[in-house]
Amino acid sequence: MQVEEFLENSARQYPNKVALIVGEERLTYRQIDEESNRLAHALIAAGVVRGDRVVTFLPNSALAVFAIFATLKAGAVFVVLNPTTKPDKLTYILNNCRASAMITCSGGRFPPDLTSWTQRPHLRSVFMLGASEVQTATLRSAGKSLIPVEEVRQDTRNIQPPSKKCIDIDLAALIYTSGSTGQPKGVMVTHLNIVSAATSITTYLENTADDVVINMLPLAFDYGLYQLLMMFMVGGTLVLHDSFAFPNVVIEKIIRERVTGFPIVPTVSALLLQMDLSKYTFPNLRYITNTAAALPVEHIRKLRALFPQVKLYSMYGLTECKRVSYLPPEQVDIRPTSVGRGMPNEEVYLVDKNGNRVAPGVAGELVIRGANVMKGYWELPEETARCLKPGPLPEEKVLYSGDLFRADEEGYLYFIGRKDDIIKTRGEKVSPREVEDVIYAMDGVTEVAVIGVPDPILGNAIKAVLALRSGAQITRQDVLRHCSSRLEDFMMPRIVEFRESLPKTESGKISKRMLASEPQDSADVVTSAV
Amino acid sequence: MPTRDIEREVHSFVISNFLFDQSVDLEPDDSLLDKGLIDSTGVIELVDFLEERYAIKVEDDEVIPANLDSVRNVAKYVDRKLTRVA
Repeated sequence: MQVEEFLENSARQYPNKVALIVGEERLTYRQIDEESNRLAHALIAAGVVRGDRVVTFLPNSALAVFAIFATLKAGAVFVVLNPTTKPDKLTYILNNCRASAMITCSGGRFPPDLTSWTQRPHLRSVFMLGASEVQTATLRSAGKSLIPVEEVRQDTRNIQPPSKKCIDIDLAALIYTSGSTGQPKGVMVTHLNIVSAATSITTYLENTADDVVINMLPLAFDYGLYQLLMMFMVGGTLVLHDSFAFPNVVIEKIIRERVTGFPIVPTVSALLLQMDLSKYTFPNLRYITNTAAALPVEHIRKLRALFPQVKLYSMYGLTECKRVSYLPPEQVDIRPTSVGRGMPNEEVYLVDKNGNRVAPGVAGELVIRGANVMKGYWELPEETARCLKPGPLPEEKVLYSGDLFRADEEGYLYFIGRKDDIIKTRGEKVSPREVEDVIYAMDGVTEVAVIGVPDPILGNAIKAVLALRSGAQITRQDVLRHCSSRLEDFMMPRIVEFRESLPKTESGKISKRMLASEPQDSADVVTSAV
Repeated sequence: MPTRDIEREVHSFVISNFLFDQSVDLEPDDSLLDKGLIDSTGVIELVDFLEERYAIKVEDDEVIPANLDSVRNVAKYVDRKLTRVA
């Protein structure tokens, strides 16, 4: 099975059912299938062939949904980027995956810039909604073909799907994730990977066509993306929203649209728990899922009290295999600190440094075996070899997660920590190196260390500690302004601190361990020497 | 305080806290959300600023785009709150 068949099957089975609610729009399966077919034909007409990468750079919107399915229908590989990605990183990713086409829009913060098109030599076609004359002229003068999405949508022909080109071991997506080296890595995901993970997850969540799931997480984030894919797989309805900035708006949508599934990250639960929800009832809400970072036990206790009839799923995963484990809801009061056991059709186990399985209670690295495990990182053989290692069968590869866990006698997993220094903030992974590289590029900065410090809302807040060249005049605002034009929003430092010099190890390297062990200011107290 | 002055103060708060003093065109009616200027923590910072600066209490159900999603809406909202208090 291929991923676009999630949509095609549901369009056959429930053609007139509302599949997607976004803003004021309500779209049926048939409408989405036809829109995606039109866009797929337009991609093919623009020269996109089987295996090409097509970047989707959009807010959570109907067009983002069409773009993902159109790319798959064209036999290509979708690459969904976070809408807050800045120009340099956009260029890096477009060039890294050699995307031949990009689907984007104009208006608000889009498109992010008009200047760098010539630095993206592989990109031939840009499909843009709402392109202005200036944008059209700029793109065309850079040798790119600009295709207005409005024209594609008005095309009354081409509502049938293009002929199938792929098999299920072909790539369906590249999902970019933070790498410890500082450059983002493209996780290679096949159709089979997605179908396997979505089948396992919808099985334990007991999803059916009656489900209505709300998603306000970016579709660039696999947790957000899968809400779309899984609802279309089971023929349910997705309520797509753009942010949790105004929690009341989301709460009202949950009630009005009779939402049954509410996926959250700990930052969302922290914000929910600050609100007075006593005046609301949620008669249709069936489950809440949490992943990306562990829910504090206090959150679990309060969420259970607020939503006593709702099943609460604590889960754990990584983009490289989508999901690893889930805690059956009936266990959440018994083992609140556990993230559960492996999901259906997947095996997980813990190993020591030599790859030998460890006994219950002993810390080990979590290893994942299953059809959901990625094919590797795009064109990064060494990084791939570090996490995809030989498994129990000859020639088999299993995923070493880099996360340390212990398991109890019954196999329930308890997270201990990561082997690298990746920071989890707002449920997203941030490479300290990526933030440090950006700050090091400022003239006058001699030393930088970026660490995560505990924060009640964000989980971890990003803290940057800097030393400056003598006489350099750099303020906190300068650092943040510099970062804001280069880093996605979730990567932005919250705390900026200036020092004469940074603590060092005996070998002279900056010691993050020493920085992290110092008493931390809370994230809302911003310290600055300037 | 005239709404105009509130608008000016809110504008400079947004420029300083969400744009880090970048020189960017920000019209009073621009949606802070669509411009990518605020997220959930940004809204919390904005609410904290309003409560402290204008000595008002921003209720949970007032944290909605109609009140807080543009500089002009924020100024009008604060003005209404202050008038009610007075």
